[in-house]
Order: sequence, then C-alpha cells, then structure tokens
Amino acid sequence: MDWFDDWALTLAVFLPVVGMVILLAIPRADEQLQKIVALGTTLLTFAVGIVILFRFDYDNGAALQFDVNQPWIDVINSRYHMGIDGISLPLLVLSMFITVLCVIYSWNHFPEPHNPKAFLALILLLEVGMNGTFAAQDLILFFVFFEIVLLPMFFMIGVWGGPNREYASIKFFLFTLFGSALMLLSFLALFFLSDVQTFDIAELSELGGSGIIESTQTLIFAGMFLGFAIKVPMFPFHTWLPDAHTEAPTVGSVLLAAVMLKLGTYGFIRIALPTLPDGAVNWAPWIGVLAVIGIIYGAFCCLAQTDMKRLIAFSSVAHMGFIMLGIATLTDFGINAAIFGMVAHGLITGMLFFLAGSVQHNFGTREIRRLGGLLTQAPKMGWILGFTTMASLGLPGLAGFWGEFPVLLSAYQPAAALSEVTFRVYMVIAAIGTVLAAGYLLWMLQRVAMGKVSAEFADADIHDVTRIEWITWTPILVLVLVLGIFPNLLFETTNASVTQLTSVFGG
Amino acid sequence: MTPQLDFHAFAPEIVLTVTIVTVLLADLFFADREWLAAPRIATIGVLAALIPVITLAVDGGNRVMFDGAYVVDNYALAFKGLFLVVAYITLLLSVDYISEGDYHRSEYYFLMLTSVLGMMIMASARDLITMFVALETITLPTFVLAGWRKHDTRSNEAAIKYYLIGVLSSAVMLYGMSFIFGFSGSTLLTDVADFIRQGDVPPLFVVAIFLTLVGFAFKISAVPFHFWVPDTYEGAPTPVTAFISVASKTGGFVGLVTLIYVGFFPSVDSWQPILWVLAAASMTVGNLVALRQTNIVRMLAYSSIAQGGFILVPLAVAADGSAAQASLQAVVTYLLIYAAMNLGVFAVVIAVARRTHSGEISSYAGLGQYAPALSVLMTVFLFSLAGIPPLAGWFAKFVMFRAVFDAGTPTAITLGVIAAVNSVIAFFYYAAVVRQIWFREPAVERRPTMEVPIALGVAISLCAALVIIVGLYPQLFARVGELAQF
Repeated sequence: MDWFDDWALTLAVFLPVVGMVILLAIPRADEQLQKIVALGTTLLTFAVGIVILFRFDYDNGAALQFDVNQPWIDVINSRYHMGIDGISLPLLVLSMFITVLCVIYSWNHFPEPHNPKAFLALILLLEVGMNGTFAAQDLILFFVFFEIVLLPMFFMIGVWGGPNREYASIKFFLFTLFGSALMLLSFLALFFLSDVQTFDIAELSELGGSGIIESTQTLIFAGMFLGFAIKVPMFPFHTWLPDAHTEAPTVGSVLLAAVMLKLGTYGFIRIALPTLPDGAVNWAPWIGVLAVIGIIYGAFCCLAQTDMKRLIAFSSVAHMGFIMLGIATLTDFGINAAIFGMVAHGLITGMLFFLAGSVQHNFGTREIRRLGGLLTQAPKMGWILGFTTMASLGLPGLAGFWGEFPVLLSAYQPAAALSEVTFRVYMVIAAIGTVLAAGYLLWMLQRVAMGKVSAEFADADIHDVTRIEWITWTPILVLVLVLGIFPNLLFETTNASVTQLTSVFGG
Repeated sequence: MTPQLDFHAFAPEIVLTVTIVTVLLADLFFADREWLAAPRIATIGVLAALIPVITLAVDGGNRVMFDGAYVVDNYALAFKGLFLVVAYITLLLSVDYISEGDYHRSEYYFLMLTSVLGMMIMASARDLITMFVALETITLPTFVLAGWRKHDTRSNEAAIKYYLIGVLSSAVMLYGMSFIFGFSGSTLLTDVADFIRQGDVPPLFVVAIFLTLVGFAFKISAVPFHFWVPDTYEGAPTPVTAFISVASKTGGFVGLVTLIYVGFFPSVDSWQPILWVLAAASMTVGNLVALRQTNIVRMLAYSSIAQGGFILVPLAVAADGSAAQASLQAVVTYLLIYAAMNLGVFAVVIAVARRTHSGEISSYAGLGQYAPALSVLMTVFLFSLAGIPPLAGWFAKFVMFRAVFDAGTPTAITLGVIAAVNSVIAFFYYAAVVRQIWFREPAVERRPTMEVPIALGVAISLCAALVIIVGLYPQLFARVGELAQF
C-alpha cells in the first residue's frame, strides 16, 4: 500500500476533477447518468478519505503524513507539497463527507433553473478547492486552492440563488477577493523576510518567524488576519455571510457553512499562528475581542431575524466567534476545542441548512412568522429540527457542546504571554452568548415546530422526511451523537499536532 | 568595411520579409487562385519563421551584430516567439472577418505582417535609431488597419485619432532621442549607459529621458497618454483591435524594457518616478473608467490600459533592492500571459458579434443558455484577466507582487498595495460581463445555436488551453521569463 500513501492526497484532491471532466462530456439530456457520475466520484473520493482515516498513524499525529513533495513552480521556489496531520485530517474528511451528502440531497431537489450538469460540476470543482486547501503544505498552493473555491460558489449563488442573488454573489466574491489579495501580499512578505526563502508551510512553521522583528510580524499578520477573518467571517467582516447564505441554494448554504467557513479558521491555525508567533501574540487580544463581539452581535441579530436561513446564518457568525475565541487563547486546550467546534459546527449548521431547505421546499417559504406546527404536520422533520437545535445550542451529550464549553474554559487560562484578566472578561461575555444562543434557537424551534399549524398551510400537502432526506441526514445525526458521547475520537486525533503548535506560546 | 552578417540570427526576419513580398506579389499575379490566397501564405510564413526562432533558442548564446545595435539573445528570442504566435492567432481571428467584408484582402495581411516584422526588429534593437525605425514599422501599418472599414465613420475616426497621436508621440520621442545622442555622442544604448555612469549627467539629459519615455507611454497607452485608446479600439475592426491591444502594445513594452534595462538603468532617479506615476495612474484610472463602460470593446480598452499599469509596476520598482532580475522576469511573464488571455477574450467578442451584431455588454445576456461552450471560455478569459486562480492571470499578478516585495522599499510596497486594491476593483467589471452571460435571461427569443468558424474556434481553443495549462503549471511561462535576461 506504499503507492497509496504517495498518491492518497493527490487522488483526494483531483479525483473530483476527473469526475467533472467526465460529467461535462455527458449530453445535457442524460440527467440520470450525470447524477450517477457525480455521486460515484464523490463516493470514490470519500472512500479515499476513509482509507486515509484507517491508514493514518494516530500515535504520530503531529507529523505530516501522506507527504507528497514534488517540484511545481521552480522559478518562485514553490512546490507541490501536500500532507496532512492531526489538524487537517478531520477537516479533510468532513469536506469529503459533506460533499457526498450534498450530491445525494440534490438528487431530486435541483433548484431553478435546474441544469444538474452544471450544478454538479460546480460541486465537484468546489470539492477540489476545499480538499486541496486542507491538504496543501505550500503557501502558494494553499492560495490557489483557497481561491478555487470562490468561482463555483459565485456561480452557485448567482445562477441558482434566490431573488437577490446577483448582489449576494458579487458581494461574497469581492469581500473574499479583497481579503485574499492582502493575504497573498503577506505570504510574499513572509517569503522575502524569512531567514530561508521558502513557501513551505512546515519549514516556515519550524522557523517560527525567526529573523522577522516583532513589529513586522504584527504587520504581516494583519494581512493574513484580513484574508482569513473575512472568510471565517469575523465581525465586522461578516456582512457578506447572511446575504450569501440567504440567497444561496440549499446545497450551496450547506457547503458554505459546513466547509468553506472552516477554510478561514483553518488558515489561522495552519499558517498564521505557527509562522508568525510574535504577531499572533500581539493580535490575540484583538482577535478575542472581535470574536466576543461576534458572539453577542450574532446572537442579537438572530433574535431579530424573520427568515429561517438568515437566522441560521447569523448563528454561524456567533458560533464562529466561539471558534475564534478558542484560537485566540493560543492554548492547546483552546485550539483543540476550536477544531472540535469547526467539525461540530460543520455538521450541525450544515444539518440546519438542510432542514431550512426542506422547509422551504415543503412550505414555499422560510418566513418564521408564517410557519408553525411542524411537529404536527411533519413530526419526523420536527423532531430532527429539535435534535439539531439542541446540538447547536450546545447541549451536553451532543457534538456542539464540545466546541463551546472547552472554549470557555480555555479562555479562563490563556497562553502565558496573554493577559488573564482580558480573557476572563471575554469568557464571561461569551458565556452570556451561550445563553442567548439557547434563547434564539429555542425561540425558532418553538415558532417553527410547535404551536398550531398556521391556517395558511392547514390544507397544504406537506411531506415528512423523504427517503433521500433520510439517506442524507442519518449519517450527520449519528455523527453528532457519536462525537457528543465520544469526544475523544476527535480530541485525540488533533491533540498531538495542536500541542506541538502551541509549544511556542508556552501554553 | 562591410558588416558581418549572421544569417542564422536574421533568419526569422528574412522568412517574414519573403512572406510579406510573396503575399503582395501573389495577389498581383495570381489573384484568382485560391491555393495562393493571402491568408494561407501569411499563415505558412509566420509558422515557418518560428522554426529559426526555435533553432536559435536551442543553439543558445548571444549573437551581436552591427557593433551591438542588433542583438539576438534569449530576451529577443522569447519575444520573437511571442510575436509570431500572436501573429498566427491574429491571422486566425482575421480570416473570416476580412473575407466577409468587401475590401482588399491581401493588403490586410501585408500590413499586418509588416507590423509584425517591426516587432521582431524591436525585440533585437539595442540602439536608439533601430528602435525608432522598429517602432515606426510597428505603428504605421496599424494606422491603415485601424481605418480598414472605409465606409464606417467610426473606423475613420479611429484611424485619424490613432494616426495623429501616434505621429505626435513619435515626434516627442525623436526629440528626446536627439538630446540623448547630443549628450552621449552615441545612439547605442550601452554607450548611453556608460555616459550616465561617468557621473556628470546634465539636467537637460533628464528631460531627454522624460521625453523618450513619454513617447513610449503613448504606445503602451499609459495614463495620461491614453486618450486615443477607447475610440481607436471601438472603431477599428475587432481583429485589428486585438492585434493593437496585444501585439503592438507588447512591442512598445519590449522597447521600453530594453531602453530602461540596457540604456537608462544607471540614471534611476530620472525614470523611476515617472514609471511609478504612470503605473499607479494607469491601473487606477483604467479600472475606474472601465467600471462605467457599457460597450464591451471600450470596457476591454480600459481594461487593457489597467493591465498595462500592472505590467509597469515591476518596471517601476526594478531599481530598488535586488529586484532587477525579478522585475524583468515579471514583465516578460506578464506579457506572455496577457497575450494569451487578451487575444482569447477578443476572439470570443468577435465570435459573439457575428451573431448578435452588437458590442453592448447587455447583448451578452443569457449567452450561457444558447452558447454554453463559448460562454465557459469567455468566463475563463475574463476571470483570468481578473487574476483568479487557477487561470493564468493569477500568476501574472503574482510575479508582479513578487517583484514589488523583492524591491521591498516603502515606495514599492505602496505601489504594490495600490495594485492589490486595483485588482479587486477590476474583478467588478469583468464579473459584470460574466453576470450578463450566466445570471440573466436572453433579451430576444432564444437565439439559434451559435456557429463559430473553424479558424476562430482554433484561435479561441489555443488561447483557452494556454490560459488553463499555464494557470495550473505556471513554470512553463515562468521559465521563459527566467531565461529572458539581458
């Protein structure tokens, strides 16, 4: 199986390209075959992911595994370097997993203007970018994959989106493009100022910014911060998110929430913190304050929303705030929790968007005021909504809890270089945020699922969970439960890498 | 004493010259024989001229002639290759366009190839007079080409404007060159550089450099010398516009780069600030005005002004820090990539205009529904121009930023930040076309499927293949940029 270790990541990233090319060659009328090819490709890619899961050496989680290091652009010292460690592994597999489910969910639900061929091709292209970002170990390679993600999402929102799709798609693109332009400048500055001129992330992390004075590190970090913070998105760069989520088709929202937002937080953990530790220490309190503002602000915005999808979008802002707070503590405890939070948020919020999509499909609206009594009309869907909501608000025993509670704990004792008082204040404010989260989520659940069926839909023909939906949702629900009961499955995978990462911060 | 001629070094130019004469004569004597048609001869000639370029490149080494006035080195060969490929693609764009008009055919090819000959000479010119002759050989035929549609007033306007501005800029440049010759006593660029290194450069010499640069600024349509561009681009036949915006502009850049690197380099203070301002102004003005355009060719005109600004950025920081080599690399790489993506976008514009007979951006509405393949390629070209990975344009922008950071001075970084902001603005107007194509419904009833002539299809596919392959494996062009040093 040695050949597999050499080729695993290349397969994981580029199999979808092969699928896409085959898909594009199929005549437009043959929709069944298009769906089968897309499903086959994503399943095959996921199978690669499963084999990676089994062949990954968990005792040696901090080391780069499945390493590929080949020349790519010699002229600029950039190499085709791919590899995964304990931090990338769960996210890579999450990305493959969610993509499969998205293809299945789309089976009978292609949004207007239909055209499954183009839609599925875009999903596959998106997967290339997502998988690639999590596997790339070279800054330029990372940048290219990070950007590849934009195009398919731009078209997904712009072509298959809601009424305000043009505005939402261009806003999404311009925001992220602006961030990544500055991020690229930071990468270049890092390249030229480092002791060794290299784009290799592992090498740069080992150097740990040596040779770059603290003030310069802070400045370079600012560029990366903008690039990643817009993607996360952190307050005040989050304004593209509610628009993009509201207008995007269901599958687009799911991929956006479940995987694409993680690219930003992953960038912080993978690149910004280890390559510029001094910059990170200077920025951590500011990241913390923005994270906490995001938690509270997101929660209040949720309380004011009338549209289900928009509410979930703002809840994402709040949840990503928790993840960023965990990262800002610069401790192994906080960052482990942040990664757990990323996976949990990916599963749970992805699930919520699936549900919002199915509600929209059934009722023709996501307006919370007009809905009600889902438990009466579609009891199974109502219970699933209840379950997911509980997971989202951080009920112990479900995955959401492990992304939230340890973050709060870690803020009590941040890294040695950071002010304890500041972070304890953050902790208290963030704790209030969890109460607000319970508030808005339960309120939504109450208005959508409980109460009486509104007169408007009393005679409507409402389907309960369909077979396709069961196939899509069951794996997510099971995972949410399993990770909630056995959080160590994930913590033990990430811990070695995270400990190695945070050793420079003395935490 | 007769000069020593190296015929191998001259072979590309000789092949091209023979082709030019053959095109004219064949039309004169055998106008009725289709197998001797001008486009066919021209195409064969251009491809044949590529062969000696390749053999020269394989052979390696610098071939210096006429006491250093004419040099065939890697830099020259890289651009000769580029010009011939661009000429080939422009021929593909022109064939159907010209044969469907009722004007003289062979003259068109004669003029175009003559202009290409000027470019070939420009790539090797290391002497003020040779450069001037080359530049005039490039531009004079294009004045006539711009006015090709004789009965169209816009085409006439395009030609007249282009002509007047072109002659004015030549005069300014020649005036500056005469001063340079007056002070340094030589027209050879290496002698000019030696003169500057000796130390006592009079103030008027700086004026002379300024005037020479202004002349080139017209040719590469840098702001504020860009006023002719939108009208000329819009009025000229679209294949000619493609040719002017890619080949002729690159010709200007090649001359400018030679002038800076071989001649003026030691006198940093006299040229660097000018180029800095030209770069910043071209990017910013070009992009902001492009945002307001409703006609696709005018939009592309301003876009090419802005792209010119991006190409100027590395030049403007070339003397800072250790950036000289990285800057030259960046300019060469950018020009190669720019040629592929800009020719591609014009090729699609020509293909679409054949059906819609309109240049308005709104006429692209719903193109994705009735011409999906063409639409995908148009999207590829536009996003490449915007610099979105994994299309070639990203690497062009990347090497530009790399040169900026290699320079590392505050002025360089400032320019880099201006460029970064501009590349975000630029996305907006490129995306405006993409939005029309994919997000809007077609205005009229579903148009019939679009027929693209074979030649045009080949041109579009070639450009698209280059844009995608170079985008994924930039080493291809980056290596050329690395080799093409003086």
